[in-house]
Parts: sequence; C-alpha cells; structure tokens
Amino acid sequence: MRKHIISFILIAGFLITGLQAQDIPKRPSPPRLVNDLTGNTLSKAEYNQLEGTLEQYARKTKTRIAVVILNDLRGYAMSDLAFRIGEEWGVGDAEFNNGIVILVKPKTGGDEGETFIATGYGLEGAIPDAVAHRIVTNEMIPHFKKNEYYAGLNGASSIIMDLASGEYPPKEYLRDTSTSPLAALVPLLAILGVFLLMRVSRARSYSVGHGVPFWASLFLLGSLGGSRGGHWNDFSSGGGSFGGGGGFGGFGGGSFGGGGAGGSW
Amino acid sequence: MKKSWIIGGVIVLILIILIGNSIGKYNALVDREEAVEAQWSQVENVYQRRADLIPNLVNTVKGYADFEQKTLTDVIEARSKATSVNVNPQNLDQQSLQKFQQAQGQLGSALSRLMVVVERYPQLKANENFLQLQAQLEGTENRITVERRKFNEVAREYNSMIRRFPMNLFASSFDFERKAYFEADKGAEEPPKVEF
Repeated sequence: MRKHIISFILIAGFLITGLQAQDIPKRPSPPRLVNDLTGNTLSKAEYNQLEGTLEQYARKTKTRIAVVILNDLRGYAMSDLAFRIGEEWGVGDAEFNNGIVILVKPKTGGDEGETFIATGYGLEGAIPDAVAHRIVTNEMIPHFKKNEYYAGLNGASSIIMDLASGEYPPKEYLRDTSTSPLAALVPLLAILGVFLLMRVSRARSYSVGHGVPFWASLFLLGSLGGSRGGHWNDFSSGGGSFGGGGGFGGFGGGSFGGGGAGGSW
Repeated sequence: MKKSWIIGGVIVLILIILIGNSIGKYNALVDREEAVEAQWSQVENVYQRRADLIPNLVNTVKGYADFEQKTLTDVIEARSKATSVNVNPQNLDQQSLQKFQQAQGQLGSALSRLMVVVERYPQLKANENFLQLQAQLEGTENRITVERRKFNEVAREYNSMIRRFPMNLFASSFDFERKAYFEADKGAEEPPKVEF
C-alpha cells in the first residue's frame, strides 16, 4: 500500500513538472499584434479596432505593442510568461528593443484576473516600472473589473503610445494621475455630465417628435435605453475594418529584460 | 613524380582546411565566452540596481516612527554585505558564484521580510512614494530573474560547446573553463510576491 502511495506521489510529481514545462504560446503567423487566445474576450469589431490602432502605430514608430489574452498561464508566473513571450516572439526591433507585451488573464470563475505590462529593454526609460504599475491600476483594472476588456486595453495602449513616442514624459503622467480624492472625482463628474447632456438632448428630440413633455420623456427614455444601445453597437462594428490589410512588418527580434509591472483584480 | 605532387597537394589542402577550421572554432569559443561575460555584467547591473533602490526605500519607511527597526537594520546590513562580494567575470566558477548568490539571496530575503512587515502599516501602504518604490523593487526582482535565466542560457551554450568532442581537446589546451550556473534559491524559486 505504501509503495502505491509513493508511486502515486512520484507520478503526480512528474505530471506537475510536466505541466510547468509547457510551451509558451506560439508566435502568430501571419503576425498579429492583438492575440485573443481565449477567443471571446474581445469582439470581432473590438479586435479590428485595436489591431488597427496598434498596427498603425507600429508602422509609424517601429514600436510594437503586442496584446496577448489567455486563460491558461501554462505553469508560468504572469510576469515570467510576459517576458518569455516578448523574447520568443521578438516583439520590437532587434536594434532598439522597443517592444511591449500586454498580457491579460481575464477573471474566470473563482480565479482572479491578472495582467502584466512587459517593457522591452529600449523602453524601460520611457515607461519605468512605477509608470507601468500606474497604467495597470489606473487604466486597466478599473475597466477589467467591469468586464470591459477593450476599454481597458485601449486606454492603456493609448497612454503607452504617448509615453513611448516621448510625447508624454513619464513624470508628468505620474503627477497627472496621482491619487488625490478630488482628481479621482473629476473624470467621474465629466462622464456623468456627458451622460446627462446626452440624455437631455435625446429627451428633447423625443419630446418634440412624440408630443410628450420634455421632462416626461427624460424618464421615459430610461426604459428605452436598451434598444438604443443596440444601435450603437451596430454602428461600432460597422467601423471595424480599420487598417486591416496593411500589416505592420512582423516582429523584429526585440529583447526583454524584466521591465514592467502588473496587477490583479 | 607526378603522383607525389598530387599527394603533397592533398596534404597541404587538408592542413589549410584544418587550420582554417580551428581558427573558426577558436573564434567561436571566444565569442561564446564573451557573451557569457557580457551577460554576467547584465546580472551585476540588475543586482546593483536593487542595491541602489534600498537607501531610498529605507528612508521612506523610516519616516514612520514606530516602524520596526530590526527589519530595517537587517536590510541595511545585508545590502552592505551583498555589495562587498565581487566576482571576477574571467573566473565564473562554482565557488565564487555561490558566494555571490548567497550574499544576494540574504539581501533578497531581508527585503521580502521588510515587505511583509509593511503590510501592518496601512498608512505606509497608502504613501504614493512608497508605492512607486514598491513597483520599482518588484520590477528589479523581475529583472534579476530574467537576467539570471539568460546568464544560465548562455553559460549552458558555452559549456556544452567546450565539452563536445573534438572541441573538448581544443578547449582544454587553450584554457577555456567551464562556467558555473545560478541555482534556484532555496525556498525562493519565485520572486517575493509583493501584493498591492
């Protein structure tokens, strides 16, 4: 009996080490910058939009930002997997090492969600770890918590693009986003204001068209919001084929030295 | 007469090929060894980077009057010990690498103890400056892991090159010695997890 237990433990041990030694995801061919390996975290339209933005940026600046979304870390730590993907795929230019890997593991069931931004050697100055950490906590996790993966990725990559091309000094970004309670309220108020305005103007046109008093239509529209939202989605998927065929010249052999930061939710 | 000319020519040709070949091999060995030494300096860089972060970190934490002094002095002592251990890149043998790794490992565990103690100070954890240092420290630990892995990779390439036949005969006559590897730290296979 004892022997059985020992051999069971040994076999289990082999299985576990076997799991740990799994390969990292293969470099996509044809090369793509946005790789949703879960298949359903980004919609087709969101994928096209993000891929288009990142490809355009890669063509313009040679800086490549790769987004990888997966459910299974294959036994690696989040940060380690991000560096390995960057290195294996060669994200960024071999000469400038100007690649970024944004790795996302969406929250699934009981497992917590995790994300990591890995910066190539050449971008460690433009995006220091403290800044990468701020991007994760400010731009990504608040959206990811609400399952808005596209919004988080889009926000993070637009800031990374500004930082990487030197248009936004990292110190300034840290200062602009430092967490004073008032500063946190400003975007919230702005969003609220926009919502209110949209609703008022919609209510106004509704009240004119339907002969309903303006204030009544303001409340009426609350229940109509759902169908309106549907139209809006149609619209955004129509604009999806942004920069589809152009490509970005593939990956270039960039190297990663462990720069970046991550977080979980 | 004619035959001996042909034989002589063949021998000369073989000699030229052999010499050319061994020059190429020698140069390849030198390149590999250079790569190991270059990677070693990367490893030293990232450890130095960690050491440079510590004074700042200690000063920030010290500001909290009731902070446990023992953990802080431990970190400072481990730092001065770690920075005093230097390795000659031309002599990357098991013994010197182990000494280096041990001193750095002690600093690493002193630091992770500090980070655990910090959990008890909510004010400190809300301090902007401290949060930045924490992100930097975590980034540095990641860099250490990556550069060590890369060092082991180039050292492995070099080692297997000098041990393969016929390179082994060649390497020993030119004093190319085996390079040591970084071992996984005991109980610290993963970088200390710093929760935010």
